[in-house]
Amino acid sequence: MTVAGVVAPSKTVAAEPGHFGYGRAATPAEIAGWDIDVRGDDGAGLPAGQGSVVRGGNVYGAQCAACHGTFGEGEGRFPKLAGGIGTLTHDRPELTVGSYWPFAPTLWDYINRAMPMPAPHTLSADDVYALTAYILHLNDVVPGDFVADRNSLPKVRMPNRDSFGWTDPRPDTAATPCMSGCAGPAGVAITSSAEGKHLTPRTTGPLDTMQPK
Amino acid sequence: MRAGFWRGIPLAKRTPSLGRRTFLRLGAAVTGALALRQGHAETPITSPPADAPWSQTVGPGVVDRPYGRPAEAEAGVIRRNVPWLTAGTESSISFSPLQDLHGIITPNGLFFERYHAGRPEVDPEQHRLMIHGMVERPLILSMDDIVRFPSQSRIHFIECPANGGMEWRAAQLNSLQFTHGMISCAEWTGVKLSTLLDEVGVRREARWAMVEGADGAHMNRSLPLDKCLDDCLVVYAQNGEALRPEQGYPLRLVVPGWEGNVSIKWLRRIKLGDRPWYTREETSKYTDLMPDGTSRGFTWLIDAKSVITFPCPEKPLHEPRLYEIRGLAWSGNGKVRQVDVSTDGGVSWQRAALHDPVLSKALTRFTLAWRWDGGPALLQSRVVDETGYVQPTIAQLRASRGTNSVYHNNSIQTWQIKPDGSVFDVQLS
Repeated sequence: MTVAGVVAPSKTVAAEPGHFGYGRAATPAEIAGWDIDVRGDDGAGLPAGQGSVVRGGNVYGAQCAACHGTFGEGEGRFPKLAGGIGTLTHDRPELTVGSYWPFAPTLWDYINRAMPMPAPHTLSADDVYALTAYILHLNDVVPGDFVADRNSLPKVRMPNRDSFGWTDPRPDTAATPCMSGCAGPAGVAITSSAEGKHLTPRTTGPLDTMQPK
Repeated sequence: MRAGFWRGIPLAKRTPSLGRRTFLRLGAAVTGALALRQGHAETPITSPPADAPWSQTVGPGVVDRPYGRPAEAEAGVIRRNVPWLTAGTESSISFSPLQDLHGIITPNGLFFERYHAGRPEVDPEQHRLMIHGMVERPLILSMDDIVRFPSQSRIHFIECPANGGMEWRAAQLNSLQFTHGMISCAEWTGVKLSTLLDEVGVRREARWAMVEGADGAHMNRSLPLDKCLDDCLVVYAQNGEALRPEQGYPLRLVVPGWEGNVSIKWLRRIKLGDRPWYTREETSKYTDLMPDGTSRGFTWLIDAKSVITFPCPEKPLHEPRLYEIRGLAWSGNGKVRQVDVSTDGGVSWQRAALHDPVLSKALTRFTLAWRWDGGPALLQSRVVDETGYVQPTIAQLRASRGTNSVYHNNSIQTWQIKPDGSVFDVQLS
């Protein structure tokens, strides 16, 4: 079914019920309450409000530092938020807001919808702007006097912005279903084994709480 | 006894008193003979010629277990996690015990879990699905409304693209459950997403949908409208009963053949737009980092993949004899066409038998009879799907993507069989 096939001219359809008529029209107020998404690349959907780096530092200390570390270094296995710029080609790359995220408004959207983890979507728009400004500043992406709002945030250019391709290039392997004599001249050799690595939790009895040695 | 169904239930509740007395009496009577024959003085004979104690008593009646649960001896067959993998269990993953499963359908209690903000307890009376954005008639649907629409049932797998993600650099986890258990398969029942989009009227300029959950993460992803209209389902049932809370009760999206995280659970909102949203879960996560520092985004498809489920590290061989190699194959691009099995590390291959039903974007069972001679062996399976795509080796994947791309490791798995029958996760050159 094509999109065009579904849609009749909008002026006539808008006043008619759907094919089944189940449910009811969403009111503007209902839509406004749940319509929280902010588009990453251009910030469409960003609300009114603003927040400075300085204010963000205070909010961060109260709401974020316990897990993400005072300077965004990440406590334990919680995500690191800052640093790692230039490491994406390294053997052990560090993927952070500064080194990896392509779009600044995505940061506002994610903090707003999912953080702080114990009480998601409870921060004011101003606090979310302030946190966004602070985390960008931790990454040296914006200066210390930066104030984030719906106009300034989409203009922030993230260091890794142009490194993403948004069209899937797979299939990117060209295996053939060889049935016999398939090994190369070097034959078959085991290059690694999980034996003896002590990383595997037990798969019988009670749940394991093991940590790597 | 374990962290599951039976923990905290007194022994007396589990064993009917009549049966237990009979069991003990019989056990005492046969102890002498058994001690001589097997050296296990505690074990009563329950096999021929003896009549087992459960054959000499009456069991609990109907509704003793009004919902039902697995046999007590199966108590170890549970979802398990890798404690060192994540900071906590709220944003984490658990793995299905594939080594103990026998079909293409994953029992609802064993379907793998992935949460981004824990498992919400959603009140179905208050749950709503809102559809808005580039539509003619923004709509709010209750669960009662959604169940009224024409219904569809289909069997599809859901796989996390991080399945096998710990194995990119090297063989690390000696377990089928932990190398491959981020996949499960169920019969899903609900309404076609295209039916709901017909109902609201898609505006001409719409090209994308943003789908969002009611969990604390407000988990959201962008989907091309073409996929939404093709085969996506908005489902309320899983294997014939209401969705489990772990799988999105009361309502989730199922996006057949695509990475699991786009099948948004606890689905509460669908918004149509003309461009993608570039959410956190499709920029900072679920993107694939290449060796040159570039990244691939919107890599939704689950490429064809297969794995031998017997033998495996959890289910080793014993004496040399005839065995049935068993496994599962699947493709996000349609049906499985063929599966080949090698016992010599990929030098030679034999065609395995596929078992009905062979369904599009669903787990498919394969088997091959194999006489193990007691020598070392390297077992592999390789799937070809209906598009002709051939499952690659880990070496071929690394040549294309390096070792830091985390997601979409669909490589051929190698199980090393040692002469004592033990099985290990290994990788080959």
